Amino acid sequence: MADTTQPRAAPSPAAESLRKPQSTAEARKQAERRRRQKIWLARALLLVGIVSLWQFAAGRLISDFFIGKPTEIAETLYIWAMSGKLFFHAGITSIEALLGFLLGSAIGMTFGVVLGRAQTLADVLDPFIMMFYSLPKIALAPMFILWFGIGIDMKIYLTATIVFFLVFLNTYSGVRAVSREQIAIMRLMGASESDILRKVVIPSAITWVFNGLRLSVPYALIGAIVGELIASNKGLGYLLADASGQFDTSGMFAALIAIMMLALALNFAVKWFEKKAMPWKTVEDKREMSI
Amino acid sequence: MFERAVTAAAVDQEASVETRPIAEASPTLISYRGVGKTFETLQGDVVAVRDITLDVREGEFVTLVGPSGCGKSTLLNMAAGLFEPTTGTVHYRGAVVAPYNQRVGYMTQNDHLLPWRDVMGNVKVPLEIRGVPKGEARDRVESLLHKVGLKGFEKSYPSQLSGGMRKRCALARLLAYDPEALLMDEPFGALDAQLRLKMQIEIRSLAMALGKTTVFVTHDLDEAVSLADRCVVFTHRPGTIARVVDVPLPRERDLMRLRHNATYRDLTAELWDLLSPDMEQMED
Repeated sequence: MADTTQPRAAPSPAAESLRKPQSTAEARKQAERRRRQKIWLARALLLVGIVSLWQFAAGRLISDFFIGKPTEIAETLYIWAMSGKLFFHAGITSIEALLGFLLGSAIGMTFGVVLGRAQTLADVLDPFIMMFYSLPKIALAPMFILWFGIGIDMKIYLTATIVFFLVFLNTYSGVRAVSREQIAIMRLMGASESDILRKVVIPSAITWVFNGLRLSVPYALIGAIVGELIASNKGLGYLLADASGQFDTSGMFAALIAIMMLALALNFAVKWFEKKAMPWKTVEDKREMSI
Repeated sequence: MFERAVTAAAVDQEASVETRPIAEASPTLISYRGVGKTFETLQGDVVAVRDITLDVREGEFVTLVGPSGCGKSTLLNMAAGLFEPTTGTVHYRGAVVAPYNQRVGYMTQNDHLLPWRDVMGNVKVPLEIRGVPKGEARDRVESLLHKVGLKGFEKSYPSQLSGGMRKRCALARLLAYDPEALLMDEPFGALDAQLRLKMQIEIRSLAMALGKTTVFVTHDLDEAVSLADRCVVFTHRPGTIARVVDVPLPRERDLMRLRHNATYRDLTAELWDLLSPDMEQMED
């Protein structure tokens, strides 16, 4: 959502009113810009309002033992940032989430493409895949600790397992959605199975793959954070558990905010890659609508 | 556009345009023998075509015309080897058509361009499949784009093109792999009248200049007569051949001025009468 609504460096209202809009299109653009500015203003006011209310309520209406205090949260974050603690732990969690994400999506995409093209194999495996899919993957954590210990690799595998299913199912649907006519046309040109895979199936499945990837981002973090909560001595999940153990509410909020920031950064990265990988999509979004 | 297409193509095959023998004497390229096709649907079996016996000779421009749903497209699909006839046989150059007849190029109403490739990339697809070296492929695509009038749009994606330009792109891609025969299934169905005429002129002149055998399916009688050397009229489903007409128009014809041509007018009127009793039987 945030990417399309970046606050643009809008010209100052005074300068704008001097210049008469050249056309209706120009006028519409300006109206749209003003609308965006208003939206951002409203958002900022809302944020300031909530934080002020929070600050006021803490200690007065509700004990700050339960809800912390915005100033204290900011202070904690500042101290963590200065001591390097924040970046160390955020780094650990990022590595877990990122490696798990990459591993899970690579395997998911491979399986999705292979099973998407091999109907019989897909039919054979279908009940097993659905069985594992229905299992809450978090329930595997104790097993993974037994297998891989409590190190960083256990979190990576847990994350990968979660991401795998989302990417796999999306890729599979994408491969299945390729039109038979399109494939027939390619066959008439003499395309081999590998030509069809590289030139038609994979590019047309990419939209779906990215759909799966975008869905996976929060889940990748779930894997990493839950892994850390269960057994760890580093990572943002550990910071959270540690603060909780000391009844440090502001510390817990600070850890949560750090996790949120990390999720935003990951989301942004996926969107950026999506744009790079599918230049034709940007073009399609820009063209005039026709129904 | 018209002149450019002809001159560009004529360079390759200058002699053949005027001196080519009338298709009468040419060998048969596609041959339907007692062909019938039945599709199984949820509502029971549907007979698409029945008892079709038809020869398409080399270098000929044949149009198949008839009401929608009379199985014209089915005949093209069988010539391309997309599926087999239920009865009878389809031969291509004397051999039974096997799945994916790669000697034909197929163009349908839906152009099937790849949305993630630009114009250049789309036209290049068949050349990549054939393993044509990059530089050579580039040159060939460029000359083809020139031929179909898409110069300057190399970097555009299909979603940025108009309907006519998409057709040109699909046509360039079709010509890129130089198939012996062109199968066209209402390729200009979605275009407006002017653009349609323009594309008709181009397709006819390209087919003549490059010596391509063309089987062109349409439900538009005017289109069928104006393009064809021979016009095959179908009845309503199950499709059977009502009549085969040799179109007595010159091979080099001016499609722009056909409306003033008496032969053309009489023939379309006659075929109109032939088809119109069929219209009353149509359900919708």
